[in-house]
Amino acid sequence: MSVMHLTKDNFDSVTSSGLVIVDFWAEWCGPCRMQGPILDQLEEEIGSKVKVCKLNVDDHPDIAQRFGVFSIPTLIAFRDGKQISKAVGVQSKEQLIAMLG
Amino acid sequence: MSGKFDILIVGGGPAGISAALTALNRGKSVGVIANPPSSSKLYLAEEVTNYPGISGSGSEIMEAMHRQLVDSAATIIEGRALSVMPLGSTVGAAVGNDFFEASAVIVATGISRRPICAGESSFLGRGVSYCATCDGMLYRGKTVAVIGEGAEAESDIRFLRDIGCEVLTFSGKGKFDIRGDTRADTLIVNGKEYKTDCIFILKETLSAESLVPGIETERGIIKTTRAGETNIKGVFAAGDCTGAPYQLAKAAGEGNVAALTACEYINSLTKEK
Repeated sequence: MSVMHLTKDNFDSVTSSGLVIVDFWAEWCGPCRMQGPILDQLEEEIGSKVKVCKLNVDDHPDIAQRFGVFSIPTLIAFRDGKQISKAVGVQSKEQLIAMLG
Repeated sequence: MSGKFDILIVGGGPAGISAALTALNRGKSVGVIANPPSSSKLYLAEEVTNYPGISGSGSEIMEAMHRQLVDSAATIIEGRALSVMPLGSTVGAAVGNDFFEASAVIVATGISRRPICAGESSFLGRGVSYCATCDGMLYRGKTVAVIGEGAEAESDIRFLRDIGCEVLTFSGKGKFDIRGDTRADTLIVNGKEYKTDCIFILKETLSAESLVPGIETERGIIKTTRAGETNIKGVFAAGDCTGAPYQLAKAAGEGNVAALTACEYINSLTKEK
């Protein structure tokens, strides 16, 4: 497995079950590029228990808007489709694990 | 631009330059994230009379130090550092829309900047942003406010206009208040209200806490050991950002010490492998 790239076609189905963390990002954003390798590490460590995902806000502004993403990177954790936490700005691996409860 | 260095230094003032020269002497590859020399506090000093061996105006001394950096083997990265964070075995730094990695980072950002707007910290990420190149695209076709001065702010204002934002600009001087409900929607400048979709606050230097999440500080001052270590592995600090006295000799001395400590730290990493 590796970090999953979400689109409007699979966003709801992927986030609707289990523990999911989504990185709302875009290519033009330096801090987002720093978040990338941290997500890869997270996926390697806990990818069997948590779906580690990314959503490109440039391709899917409607989804970003739906979740109130005003600044990137924004990270949102879901449990069974319900948002359980949200953080703005680059997050360390430890912070991401804490977001998942 | 992106890249990997042994040591990345945030700040091109006396502490940062001293750290860069020391690390180069020890055979390390060095990147320095720097604003123009005129933005250093030293630049404004009328006369420096207590630095051994040299005297002159602050601007003369700062220009001479900057020339030394330019002539050195260090890579100068122009721009505003946005975020510094450990990434496991290395430390990452985001500068505008670029990303760099280093074995060690030395924070030498100068005197700490407090928030300049009421409501700035509480609305950060909810209609307040420190990074136009990151978040500007989310506000295409909308009205945004920019608070900031200097070449960096000017280029960011151009960028925002180019992507189709209506941009209101304010210099850093004045009384600012940010209001809103779940997110910021109003900027009050000297009593006058402006409706905006986002407020970009473009300071030359972020506060230590905004720049390095989780760094231990006391009233905005980074806590370090005498060797320049912070509470974060691989992150060191030197100069005015570590507190008073705000003196050239102290800054240059601390830059030297932090660089030596960082070099030792890197050597110990190589040995572990």
